[in-house]
Amino acid sequence: MNRVLATALCEFRVAFRNRWVVIATAMMALFALVLAAAGAAPTGDIGVDRLSVVVASLTSLSVYLVPLLALLMSFDAVAGEVERGTLPLLLTYPVSRFQILLGKLLAHIAILGLATGLGYGLAALAAILADRGALAGLPSLWRLVWSSVLLGATFLGTGYALSALARRTSSAAGLAIGLWLVVVVLYDLALLALIVSDAGGPLTTRVLPVALLSNPADAFRIFNLSAAEAVAAAGGIGGAAAAIPLWQSAASILLWPAAALSLAWAAFRKVTP
Amino acid sequence: MTSTLQISRLTKRFDTVEALGDVSLALEQGKRVALLGHNGAGKSTMMKIVLGLIPFDSGSVSVCGAAPGSAEARAQVAYLPENASFHPALTGEEQIRYYLALRGQDPKLAMGLLEKVGLAHAARRRIGGYSKGMRQRVGLAQTLIGRPRLLVLDEPTSGLDPVSRRDFYDLLDGLAAAGTAILLSSHVLTEVEARTDRIVILSGGRLVAEGTLAALRGQAALPVVVLITPAAGEEAAIAQAFPEAVCTGDGRLRLSCEQARKLPLLSQIAALGAQVADLDVIPPSLEDIYSHFSRRDGQ
Ligand SMILES: Nc1ncnc2c1ncn2[C@@H]1O[C@H](COP(=O)(O)OP(=O)(O)O)[C@@H](O)[C@H]1O
Ligand SMILES: [Mg+2]
Repeated sequence: MNRVLATALCEFRVAFRNRWVVIATAMMALFALVLAAAGAAPTGDIGVDRLSVVVASLTSLSVYLVPLLALLMSFDAVAGEVERGTLPLLLTYPVSRFQILLGKLLAHIAILGLATGLGYGLAALAAILADRGALAGLPSLWRLVWSSVLLGATFLGTGYALSALARRTSSAAGLAIGLWLVVVVLYDLALLALIVSDAGGPLTTRVLPVALLSNPADAFRIFNLSAAEAVAAAGGIGGAAAAIPLWQSAASILLWPAAALSLAWAAFRKVTP
Repeated sequence: MTSTLQISRLTKRFDTVEALGDVSLALEQGKRVALLGHNGAGKSTMMKIVLGLIPFDSGSVSVCGAAPGSAEARAQVAYLPENASFHPALTGEEQIRYYLALRGQDPKLAMGLLEKVGLAHAARRRIGGYSKGMRQRVGLAQTLIGRPRLLVLDEPTSGLDPVSRRDFYDLLDGLAAAGTAILLSSHVLTEVEARTDRIVILSGGRLVAEGTLAALRGQAALPVVVLITPAAGEEAAIAQAFPEAVCTGDGRLRLSCEQARKLPLLSQIAALGAQVADLDVIPPSLEDIYSHFSRRDGQ
């Protein structure tokens, strides 16, 4: 355990010096504040507190931003060590490859936690200051924070796996951006196309829920929206998502990090220094 | 007594290249062995196999009684890679503290280790700003963590100036005296000559010679060179006495003779008495011995 913590400390330090901590935190805070300001304008009366509305828009933001940040922090993890030539020495130390990955994961999760916690916290503060009633939305904010960290862990693990498979930082970066585009952007467009062409047929009712649950970003969105019972308002894919029980999306966001880390471990074990 | 490192009939191929062929080697505790060989002779490959970093094709390797790369072996072996590199964003002290933690040691020992390798003054600066020699010292400092039983050093003195090299070998003497077995590779033959117990010469992946320097010298049976400085006016007389001698540019005469003929030749020269002003006997250099062995198997 000490070895994992020592690795995490070392990684955190490196990320801090490379300004990742500042970049991630500033980015989350900036976007969160912009959303909070936008949400503060004409809420009208839709029967929910102001914070829950902010959380709903933060969810849509996190679906894009958290995977992107996670991939940007992780693509260098193994390939960078290979390129710098630091891997052979590290692997002669009495520390297992799994412990090395776990240490990196811990550091990167801490950074993501810090960034999301701070960013969302600022947005929440703004909402609560404007309306005391917004305190009722705190549980959904908390849910958003920890599910964001899990979403981040999934993409961190996937980033390590890509990094180990690519062995070069330049190709690892390309793969990471490609993965982000496919999983976070193109996947949903394809599903939308499916819904439109199927027009409520069997594909929409049977295939769509499975497709949504098997994508960690979609599962994250559905989990947060359905937990906040705001699905109906989200429209589009959200409509179909209403049929998915909460435990299923919860299971998806819990299982994905473990699956991604296993994938990373399997890929890292194949790297010969 | 069992050896700290035991390699037998080790073979390793990279696609078409045979990096190591049928190499056997034993290293006992407290011994220092120098691995010599041209670039591409297989020195680094052998070290990486000993550390368990790369697999091998056949033969057997036992490190401190365990399989190379096993947790048990890694706990007792320290390594200095060729061109050691570290994370540029960390300071020397932070890097050593990390390595100490990985070996289950107190990170506070970092400063002491950096002092030992003469890097205390730069300990709080980032490694990104270090020179090659300074990085090499960080690499050396981390090999001193926790009394390893086996040290594997790949060209440890490259990038070090002569004074630092001497300090480095002093450090090794201390470790060897305390029982650490040391396997190192080097290109600088003269330093290896004085500071190691045994020399192993690799050529094209084959072990072509092994032994103490004296033993290798005898085995190679290279000629000894004798330089005679004639007394003033005696040049012609001496040239006549040794018709096989070659005149060097500075007025001396150069004779080359087999080891076995050395003493008779010397007494012959001594018999010339005052006709000889001075005499130098030059044994074959390590370079000569090294070229002799590494050429023999052809490359
Ligand atoms: N990863 C590798 N892939 C292919 N060939 C390699 C690899 N590593 C070493 N070799 C080859 O093995 C031989 C021995 O290399 P090496 O052990 O590095 O030599 P040395 O350290 O004595 O200079 C060389 O011919 C080298 O080209
Ligand atoms: Mg080498």
